[in-house]
Amino acid sequence: MIELRDVVKSYGAVTALAGVTVRVEPGELVAIVGPSGSGKSTMLHLAGTLDRPTSGSVRVAGHEVSALSDRGLSALRAQRIGFVFQQFHLAPGVTVRDNVADGLLYTGVARRERRARAAEALDGVGLGHRLTHRPHELSGGERQRVAIARAVAGRPSLLLADEPTGNLDTASGAEVMRLLRALHDDGTTVVIITHDRELAAGLPRTIAMRDGRVAA
Amino acid sequence: MPPADVARVGAAGLVTRPLRAVLAAAGIAIGVAAMVAVVGISASSRAGVERELAAIGTNLLTAAPGRTFTGEAARLPDEAVEMAGRLDGVTGASATGRLDLGVYRSDLIPAGETNGIGVLAVRPDLLGPVGARPADGAWLNEVTRQGPALVLGAEAARLLGVHRASADVRLWLGNQWFVVVGVLAPAPLAPELDTAVLVGWEAARSLLGFDGGIGTVYVRTDPDRVADVRALLARTVSPAHPNEVLVERPSDALLAQEVTDRALTGLLLGLGAVALLVGGVGVANTMIVSVLERRAEVGLRRALGATRAQIRTQFLAESLLLSALGGTAGILTGAVVTWGYAWSRGWPPAVPGWAQAAGLAVTVLIGGIAGLYPAVRAARLPPTEALAAP
Repeated sequence: MIELRDVVKSYGAVTALAGVTVRVEPGELVAIVGPSGSGKSTMLHLAGTLDRPTSGSVRVAGHEVSALSDRGLSALRAQRIGFVFQQFHLAPGVTVRDNVADGLLYTGVARRERRARAAEALDGVGLGHRLTHRPHELSGGERQRVAIARAVAGRPSLLLADEPTGNLDTASGAEVMRLLRALHDDGTTVVIITHDRELAAGLPRTIAMRDGRVAA
Repeated sequence: MPPADVARVGAAGLVTRPLRAVLAAAGIAIGVAAMVAVVGISASSRAGVERELAAIGTNLLTAAPGRTFTGEAARLPDEAVEMAGRLDGVTGASATGRLDLGVYRSDLIPAGETNGIGVLAVRPDLLGPVGARPADGAWLNEVTRQGPALVLGAEAARLLGVHRASADVRLWLGNQWFVVVGVLAPAPLAPELDTAVLVGWEAARSLLGFDGGIGTVYVRTDPDRVADVRALLARTVSPAHPNEVLVERPSDALLAQEVTDRALTGLLLGLGAVALLVGGVGVANTMIVSVLERRAEVGLRRALGATRAQIRTQFLAESLLLSALGGTAGILTGAVVTWGYAWSRGWPPAVPGWAQAAGLAVTVLIGGIAGLYPAVRAARLPPTEALAAP
């Protein structure tokens, strides 16, 4: 699903990734751990095709990232990749249902269908009764579940989560993790970035990062 | 993306910050309203003049003595009015003669303080040709036109503070008292009557030493034969010296005034355009701030699969919607202002369709230009950098 080979990413004089080779198979549930500055976020951006490597090769869902245009990469993200962020990134003042439906805005699906699938996805994260609420009326855990619903409404084959429990209390974090595991059980490839080693230890595979390299 | 989705996404940014959207749109609205109102008021004024001319007619001609070859004041023959009246196509003719006198509220007012009010000797049949009528009192009759009686022009009445005709109201004219028997309504085609006091031709000769010299011949013609009469009028009133006669068509002066108003309209339109430009700068400013504030949203949308072109379209659509909102409000405001002003002046309100269309077109143009740079900037944001924004 994801294949990084000798990937170097530098921002000016700063090298974020210094030659990383990693492979994530379809259907895996992987944690990427490491202290801040270890390059794990950069790796997620590269795996999510939000950025291109300085050198080396990145293949996502069978596509060589450097060979795709902006339009091609955007289509890949719209159709195959879902993102979950630590800050949720929900639109304020917009209903939960429309927030999730907007996740499908760029997939070419008609509005009626987007809203139907949004309701379905919200049902899937246990928020089927909150469709008309607005983000500020929800708890942090509920907001992150909305974000997950948005990420999976398009049924992506790859879900990338950047510190999904970073802003949540333990109980909410556990609920979010349960949802991510359930998605993995349904066959989605899930990659979770975290600095929480305890959380990572509970997952089938852990990739540890340090100073822009894979440590183990 | 379907147009409905483009509009919805573009509107989303405005709906979440309504006050800012309204303020930015207000800048555009003021500019468009100013331009639409200027065009509308000018069009209404023209419609008003045209309606007035249609009512009072454009078939009045005047003939006045000019100068002789040697530069002296010319004099029309005493029978000029009768000759003009016999001309083919003329339906009525009359005349006034100017007296070099002042008229005063009382005999205590120093000579010379006349307020610019002239004294005219008038033929009894003057009202018909010039299209004037008494607003109060009566016109000079068989008796009053031979005695110390006068009729006031509308403006002269105002300047002298005489509002009603009455046997008690007397004015000091040529060392004797004259009774005010009538006050005329304004005569748009003969404004010189408005600022004058009118006394009978015979009374002027017998009481005021008038020499009987014709000042202005007024000729009303068949509306279809104005040009024919105009061509012959000088020769008719002064067969011996037609070149000493000045023939004019007073309605031309009203139309000319309309033309000068047009120059003022151009100036005001320019001011409206400046206001619109400032409004456009406001929209551009709002859009730039909007893009800066919404970097995280841009990042999210890119992560959700939006292409650069789609981000660009989103912000361009937002800018276009913003200015179209302002433009529509401006057109409505301009129409209301026009309507109100036209109503207060008694003109038929007219807001030309082309002005509304141009207002909207200019608005869309401004929205496009103002939104282009912010939209391009938003589209160029690297997704990772955008997502890292707070």
